[in-house]
Amino acid sequence: MADTVRRWLAVWRRNALAWRKSARTALLAGFAEPLFYLFALGYGLGSFVGQVQGVSYIGFLTAGILSTSAMNAATFEGLYLAYTRMEVLKTWDAILAAPLGIADIVAGEVLWLATKSLISGTLILMVAAGMGLVVDWQALAVLPVVFITGLCFGALALLVTSFARSYDFFVYYITLVITPMILLSGVFFPFSTLPEPVRFGAALLPLQHVVEVIRPLVGGRIELGQLWHLLVPVAYAFGATSFAIWRFRRRLLC
Amino acid sequence: MSASSLPIIQAHGLTKDYGKLRVVDRISFAIDAGECCGVLGPNGAGKTTTMKMLIGATPPTAGELRVLGHTVPRDARAMRARIGVVAQSDNLDPDFTVEENLRVYARYFGLSAAEVRSRIPELLELASLQDKAGAKINQLSGGMKRRLSIARALLNRPELLILDEPTTGLDPQIRQAIWQLLRQLRRDGLTIVLTTHYMDEAERLCGRIILMDGGHILADASPQALIRDRIESHVVEVHGAGGERWLATAPIGPEVRRERAGESWFFYGRNLESLVRSLDEYDDLHYSYRSSNLEDVFLKLTGRDLRDG
Repeated sequence: MADTVRRWLAVWRRNALAWRKSARTALLAGFAEPLFYLFALGYGLGSFVGQVQGVSYIGFLTAGILSTSAMNAATFEGLYLAYTRMEVLKTWDAILAAPLGIADIVAGEVLWLATKSLISGTLILMVAAGMGLVVDWQALAVLPVVFITGLCFGALALLVTSFARSYDFFVYYITLVITPMILLSGVFFPFSTLPEPVRFGAALLPLQHVVEVIRPLVGGRIELGQLWHLLVPVAYAFGATSFAIWRFRRRLLC
Repeated sequence: MSASSLPIIQAHGLTKDYGKLRVVDRISFAIDAGECCGVLGPNGAGKTTTMKMLIGATPPTAGELRVLGHTVPRDARAMRARIGVVAQSDNLDPDFTVEENLRVYARYFGLSAAEVRSRIPELLELASLQDKAGAKINQLSGGMKRRLSIARALLNRPELLILDEPTTGLDPQIRQAIWQLLRQLRRDGLTIVLTTHYMDEAERLCGRIILMDGGHILADASPQALIRDRIESHVVEVHGAGGERWLATAPIGPEVRRERAGESWFFYGRNLESLVRSLDEYDDLHYSYRSSNLEDVFLKLTGRDLRDG
């Protein structure tokens, strides 16, 4: 077991070193953009909307932006950078010539993608705290949820990558899955305002469940009754990881 | 029988199909410790597929394979901890320096920090990259990248080194340097298996040649034995405009084997002096008279048709 984890961490540390080398630009993309949304929509739209579910609109939006950024951080690296490592740099081929297998690579990558989510979530939480949007220490409980979110969307992104033959392929996933999911998961407005059939569809996807757990936590409330929602991203994480391992085995070991 | 006297690689009836296409067809061979074996063949001979099976990168359709006593692909991971692999195209990490490349790769083998600290300077020296430890990969020449790839494959002190076309695409001087490095490793007792389609490379480096074509092994012997046993001792190569005219009267005995490739004729035999003398009168013909080499063996056994792909 210790040996297995050591192999996963070897992959994780390779990606962590690569990230450190370009951290400045990486941070700008993963961190500045969500903050622009938070400011522009939070204050701009917030001045019309007033309060939502008993909190200021920007407070409401903070939980949504936090969830979305966690998703995006893992998704984009799991699509574009993982594909680059696999097909362009042939980093995975080099790793497979060492005593590691496909499962080690996928597990190491998923852990790294979740770490990317954690970095993004931590930064946004810090800024939100600086702006006085998060006041309670209990909000730190958001971070493990953000990590689970990263496992879920990182694994899904790798699964998409396992089917990709070029970067163009990712447009389908982003346009047809990620973007509608952001709009229909209660990020910008309460989920309950959506019509019943749409809610049913969106509830099959993980993001809505993440938002349901993160929103009370950002407000400093731990609602144990909401925790079952985490089963959805956890199930997606396990399912997508297993499927991705199977897919990459067929693709790379042929 | 002690473990050390077992062959390093034992392949029996090794077969690989891709769909209906049989790429490697029931080949068997054994490679002993300390050998340097060159796997030769035209494009599509099955060399690279055989190498991929050896390192567990693709499962055989049929047959048995043991490398260093491990059954492959079942125990491929444990086997790979004990071998070094140099891929055809360098897959170094361009984001990292030379030293970081080695350090990151050492983690995949679970080497201790102390071991890595002592190993890296040794390997940099072996690859003549001492001054480049902090250089980025894209600042290195093709030859330096190749030497680094070889150094990286030696991090775990492998008992077997596998190289897929180690000098393809490199300048002649750089190829010499790579050969020198490989010869040194061979002297140190490392078992080496490499694929190549350069005859001079195979002849200089390898004590043994496995010649493949169409998924079969056509010959398996030392370069000297191949030249001695599989081809006539001498060859005259003739090309030029007056060829047909000369050919009509040329003294070509029945023991002389002849082949034609494009504008050139090749005459193989033991005693070709009279043939060479007859060429003197034809100023418009160019010819060379030499002893046969590995390339002649290769062309005899695999044919002269051009193969693409």
